[in-house]
Amino acid sequence: MAHASHDDHAHGRPAGIVRWLTTTNHKDIGTMYLVFSLLMFLIGGAFAFVIRSELFQPGLQLVDPAFFNQMTTMHALVMVFGAVMPATVGLANWMIPMQIGAADMALPRMNVFSFWLLAFAFLLLLSTFLMPGGAPASGWTLYPPLVLQSGEAFPLAIFSIHLMGASSIMGAINVIVTIVNMRAPGMTLLKMPLFSWSWLITAYLLIAVMPVFAGAVTMLLTDYFFATSFFNAAGGGDPVLFQHVFWFFGHPEVYIMILPAFGIVSEIIPTFSRKPIFGYEAMVYAIASIAFLSFIVWAHHMFTVGMPLAGQLFFTLSTMLIAVPTGVKIFNWTATMWRGSVSFEPPMLFALAFLFLFTIGGFSGLMLAIVPADFQYHDTYFVVAHFHYVLVPGSVFGLMAAVYYWMPKWTGHMYDMRLAKWHFWLSAIFVNVLFFPQHFLGLAGMPRRIPDYAAQFADWNMVSSVGAFGFGLAQLLFVWLIVKCVRGGERATAGVWDWPHGLEWTVPSPAPYHTFEKAPEVH
Amino acid sequence: MRVAKRILKRSVVAAAMAALAALPARADWGLLNMPEGVSDLSREIHGLHMLMLWVCVVIAFFTFGAMIFAMIRFRKSRGAVADQKFLHNARLEAAWTIIPVLILIGMALPSVEKLVMIEDMSGSEITIKVTGHQWYWQYEYLGSGVSYYSRLARESDIARQKGSGIDPAIVENYLLDVDKPLVVPTGVKIRMLLTANDVIHAWWVPDFGMKRDAIPGFINEMWISVDADKPGTYRGQCAELCGADHGFMPIVVIAKPRPEFDAWLEQQKTAAPAAFAATE
Repeated sequence: MAHASHDDHAHGRPAGIVRWLTTTNHKDIGTMYLVFSLLMFLIGGAFAFVIRSELFQPGLQLVDPAFFNQMTTMHALVMVFGAVMPATVGLANWMIPMQIGAADMALPRMNVFSFWLLAFAFLLLLSTFLMPGGAPASGWTLYPPLVLQSGEAFPLAIFSIHLMGASSIMGAINVIVTIVNMRAPGMTLLKMPLFSWSWLITAYLLIAVMPVFAGAVTMLLTDYFFATSFFNAAGGGDPVLFQHVFWFFGHPEVYIMILPAFGIVSEIIPTFSRKPIFGYEAMVYAIASIAFLSFIVWAHHMFTVGMPLAGQLFFTLSTMLIAVPTGVKIFNWTATMWRGSVSFEPPMLFALAFLFLFTIGGFSGLMLAIVPADFQYHDTYFVVAHFHYVLVPGSVFGLMAAVYYWMPKWTGHMYDMRLAKWHFWLSAIFVNVLFFPQHFLGLAGMPRRIPDYAAQFADWNMVSSVGAFGFGLAQLLFVWLIVKCVRGGERATAGVWDWPHGLEWTVPSPAPYHTFEKAPEVH
Repeated sequence: MRVAKRILKRSVVAAAMAALAALPARADWGLLNMPEGVSDLSREIHGLHMLMLWVCVVIAFFTFGAMIFAMIRFRKSRGAVADQKFLHNARLEAAWTIIPVLILIGMALPSVEKLVMIEDMSGSEITIKVTGHQWYWQYEYLGSGVSYYSRLARESDIARQKGSGIDPAIVENYLLDVDKPLVVPTGVKIRMLLTANDVIHAWWVPDFGMKRDAIPGFINEMWISVDADKPGTYRGQCAELCGADHGFMPIVVIAKPRPEFDAWLEQQKTAAPAAFAATE
């Protein structure tokens, strides 16, 4: 990166690799998180490529069923914990101090520790491919008793999950401490930009649920090695208990992945509508309500385990309730464009695709909440379509929108707009070719997590695979665009966009190594 | 350059058109949606699914309509100037909070009655115990002593091996056929008890509208029925990841009129010990 050397006079900074190994600067750490996440996105994408290639036509052509299960499991673990979550942490590192007018994150050493923990966690997790028995193959949900049939990968996978959890918790503590203590004078909580707000709430979710997940996998570990029977019916345990505990973590986890994207979209839509967000306070309260509700809906992931009638009704109703604050957000984003002056730069294109396609995922979510129908949908491709709609054109498009929005601020260069638009249109078209037919497959009766299927599912699987290949190739454009932008390009102004709004646009582009060493006044 | 671009654009459009034209050629539109199924229960569930689908379509029409209208009407290239004062509207915000609540209550209510129906196990005439194994099913007609295993049919099992060289298209009911199907009577309520021997499985036949997990160490319950006028063969699959061959433990159910079923069960009772001895 071509930072001007005059930025460095306050503290000398080593050059080259040593800089990246020793840095505690929030921008460097943010960059490392983002690069790490891009790498994991490509690795997870490669796993998806294997999955969709095998499913291109009926019959087993490329991989064994056992390896196929390793692919689905590792695709999920890598994408959730390696790509989406670290990308949001990278953005938090870069942008929260700059949005609230702080000089750095509050706890820089813990910050860098959490990054390196994560890097080693993934080294460990990916190394399981070399173990006898291969990588974990029980699905990322790790349901016992199946997960207890894992080979030697098992303790490594569990330990890497512990490391990821510790890393996430540290990242979350850092965000909370930074936001609570280091806001510039005048930056009251209800003046804070929505991206920082969404992360503050996400951080509380992380702190609440990561220990629960760590506890659940530790119980698996002792069941495996020390003959405890937490999840073994023969010893007085209950396999379903694991599912309850897992989803008590797992449902807030899906909001951990989407809330930062909500925050990003809430930054971008106002900028390119040239007017502030509609209903700011309602947006904050909506995020908080979603976060609260995320704790009381977990069992909707497991209606088929057989629950009492009252339990099923409770989880249906609480789940449907989430649609209310989510609807508020969608309507407020629409109202932000209303009577605005809307233009369609790449960040806005991704934010708009998010708005439409996330809503489609919301609709299928609503349908899944209705228990009797869920008995049909559960564990089919309908579910796969649903969560990929909220995760890919939801979270991932939100993250890409963020990259297109803030990259000129990070690198000091404008990126290739034409290439960005190609990337957008190819991604937006192919993501639908990829995931929309999966609704049909699920409704027609195709279970998820199968390596081979009956002839009647052949057509839509082929379409879906073509979509996957197109979507995957389009992401190579994204990588190329980022490399080009880092290396050079038209110089970006401080404001970058037509209607910049917020403290991050008051500092030069690229943002100096140290920003806001003297806190700005916010009015 | 411009020519190249035009050619590129045209070939992309042509490819898209070709892809679209190829699609419906074989598409059976029944494969786009949930089957209505063959019992009152499955039809109720299908009805609920369609109701929700249409509610979502109507909501989508309005919300997407508003988004598209805003994108077109208020675009900068058309000279739109942002109205910096349109940032709050208490009535509007109250409306789009309260109306969804009402819609959601409207969507949830019809499911209550169906759920009560699903959970009501009373009045069943026969009980079948289903045990999931890695990777086959076991069926036991409680009280009759008839019990047998049901595995993926041999033709499918050979064809599905990697590098078998057999085109799945020529295998009849590829992956959805078993050596010995479950046989049930039509027109009666059948209680199913589900459990598993090793890991969690799930028993699912889409035409019956229900699936439920088979959990080792626990017994789950559900009921199914097949309309009296719809005897036939119905197929499904295991619906909970259960290891390497999760995709290869199908379910086939033959529904027969009651007298035929009774005759079949009687025959099994006498044949069972012999068959049992033969397989052991």
